[in-house]
Amino acid sequence: MSWLEPHILSNLVTLGLLAGLVFAARVVRAQRLWREAAVELWRRRRFAILVVGVYLLIGLADSVSWTGGVPDDAVGVLPNAPLSVLDRAFLDSREASYSAPFAAVEFYGGDALRHPGGHPLGTDILGRDVFYLSLKGARVALLIGGLTSLIAIPLALLFGVCAGYFGGRFDDFVFFLISTMASMPSLLLLIALIMVMGRSTFSVCIALAVTGWVGFCRLTRAETLKLRELDYIQAARALGVSEAKIIFRHILPNLAHLIVITFVLMFSGLVLSEAVLSWLGIGVDGSWGQMIDGARDELSRQPVVWWNIAAAGSALFGLILAVNSVGDAVRDVLDPRTARES
Amino acid sequence: MGAYVLRRLGYGVGVVLGVLFLLFLLFFTITAPEDIARKALGDKAPPEAIQTWLENHEYDRPLWPWQDWDENLLFDHYRKMLTFDFGVSDADDSPIIDRIKAGMGPSLSLTVPLLVLGLFVSIPLSLLVAFFRETYIDRMGVFLCVLAMSVSTLLYIIGAQFLIGKVLRWYPISGFDASLAMLPRFLALPVLVGLISGVGGDVRFYRTVFLEESSRDFVRTARAKGAGEARIMIFHVLRNAMIPILTRVVLAIPFLFMGALLLEAFFGIPGLGSMTVDAIQSNDFSTMRTMVYIGSLLFVFGQVATDISYGLVDPRVSVE
Repeated sequence: MSWLEPHILSNLVTLGLLAGLVFAARVVRAQRLWREAAVELWRRRRFAILVVGVYLLIGLADSVSWTGGVPDDAVGVLPNAPLSVLDRAFLDSREASYSAPFAAVEFYGGDALRHPGGHPLGTDILGRDVFYLSLKGARVALLIGGLTSLIAIPLALLFGVCAGYFGGRFDDFVFFLISTMASMPSLLLLIALIMVMGRSTFSVCIALAVTGWVGFCRLTRAETLKLRELDYIQAARALGVSEAKIIFRHILPNLAHLIVITFVLMFSGLVLSEAVLSWLGIGVDGSWGQMIDGARDELSRQPVVWWNIAAAGSALFGLILAVNSVGDAVRDVLDPRTARES
Repeated sequence: MGAYVLRRLGYGVGVVLGVLFLLFLLFFTITAPEDIARKALGDKAPPEAIQTWLENHEYDRPLWPWQDWDENLLFDHYRKMLTFDFGVSDADDSPIIDRIKAGMGPSLSLTVPLLVLGLFVSIPLSLLVAFFRETYIDRMGVFLCVLAMSVSTLLYIIGAQFLIGKVLRWYPISGFDASLAMLPRFLALPVLVGLISGVGGDVRFYRTVFLEESSRDFVRTARAKGAGEARIMIFHVLRNAMIPILTRVVLAIPFLFMGALLLEAFFGIPGLGSMTVDAIQSNDFSTMRTMVYIGSLLFVFGQVATDISYGLVDPRVSVE
């Protein structure tokens, strides 16, 4: 048994992300500008931030996993599979088939359930607890939004800043590349990329990143073009500060607010795109989009099986609404052009 | 002016050639033609069958010009796409161009009413919201927009089919009939869903445009001269906001031909959108390639046309 198994890798990545969050929090605390923005954000959108926090915690609970400790009589669990905190909380929740929320008997047939009244959102066609599946979707959604942004934003920064700062041939090339990518219909390009790369979580994220980086790259390029003409950067150059140092000390910090705004505003679009991809059959396993897709025929049953789609739909809606509402506030607070307007 | 038009046209041609190159990278190098053949024929197909399939679809030649100058896939790809010779589908060997011609009508019959009705709904709404700026009505309006934008289109479609199609039985759940008497019945539900799912984002966009215009000097002047708020909104703000609105509409027009992917597939409208969905499900790479190309072509065409018409209207543009 090698020690770099997928679940250990996932634990390490989770740890790394937590460390990144702590680091970001320290930076925000240390600098007055960011601290004031954070306080203002908290004042405006307390509730939405808390909701996002709850989703984060659920995603976290599903990201830390280890093997062993499974009782022998648990139904539907492989003895050596790694299980997350969330999996362990719902370890023995499997039923035989559909059951309605809080029902004591199966939906079809009326056999007694193993846990009468124990499924607040019912169970799906395979008897899995819908509440549990909806909670598990949080990790997938955060993964899609987070991983894609982690690929797209650095890529866009690299190309945008270099093109804007150095200009010349490289700028022409980047500008041409951006125009070309932007003229391809994004949903079609997305689908084409996934068709070509095969269907996996990673290729969905890559495809979303490839279609998503263009807009931000254009933005950073334009912003860098403006920044490099400013007096203090001219002064730094005249003093002989190296190009790399100018970019890291003077340009990137001035793009930081754009990075935060783009990340938050991009996030909800990515999660919604994944739902569409799931419906087209090329989404990520375990996402809310797949739950919605799987529940499509259930609404035409008699009597209607509604809890599956309702649970996945509300979970998706809750996250997107909270992120959108935080995103609006982030833009208002951080963007000097819209600040103090509404 | 002539130089400006030429420059924009040259730019458009360059972008189209670039798109074709990216498509070549995606559909010929990342997925080799052998992979496409294997997906079309199944994993257990004998090598001879794959060879015949490749020959029939004209994939049986090297990729790059330096391997074979006269017969290579790169030049073939450019030549075929630029002359609109799209060949046959990788899945069922039917000519792609025929299916595009057949699908355009149904697509347009959905997207044109959607665009026109969308403008008639969202512009008055956003004007109203902008009229009440910085009051609770405005805040409420923006909040409702965010609320509407946060619902996945899938949920709108499934919800509307369930509620209006199944429970209330006002309109058929899905289907299509090109006869004039039946068409509105089949289009009612998809158009309604399209309107609802788009209205949030549109209203928010137009509201920002109107707010930008209403902080201009001419608005202050009009107010100083005693013009009423409603009059200012309609005769000063709306008229000046027509430019960004028109830009958005003109840029949207080319995409009307592409249809609406989700709406068409869910409501069984045999347009280009459902053709694309079929292509995904049947691993039909050549159709997919063609659709991306046509989409980009329409986009570039729209963009260059807008740029040139700007240049005609506003002499400052072409000098820059």
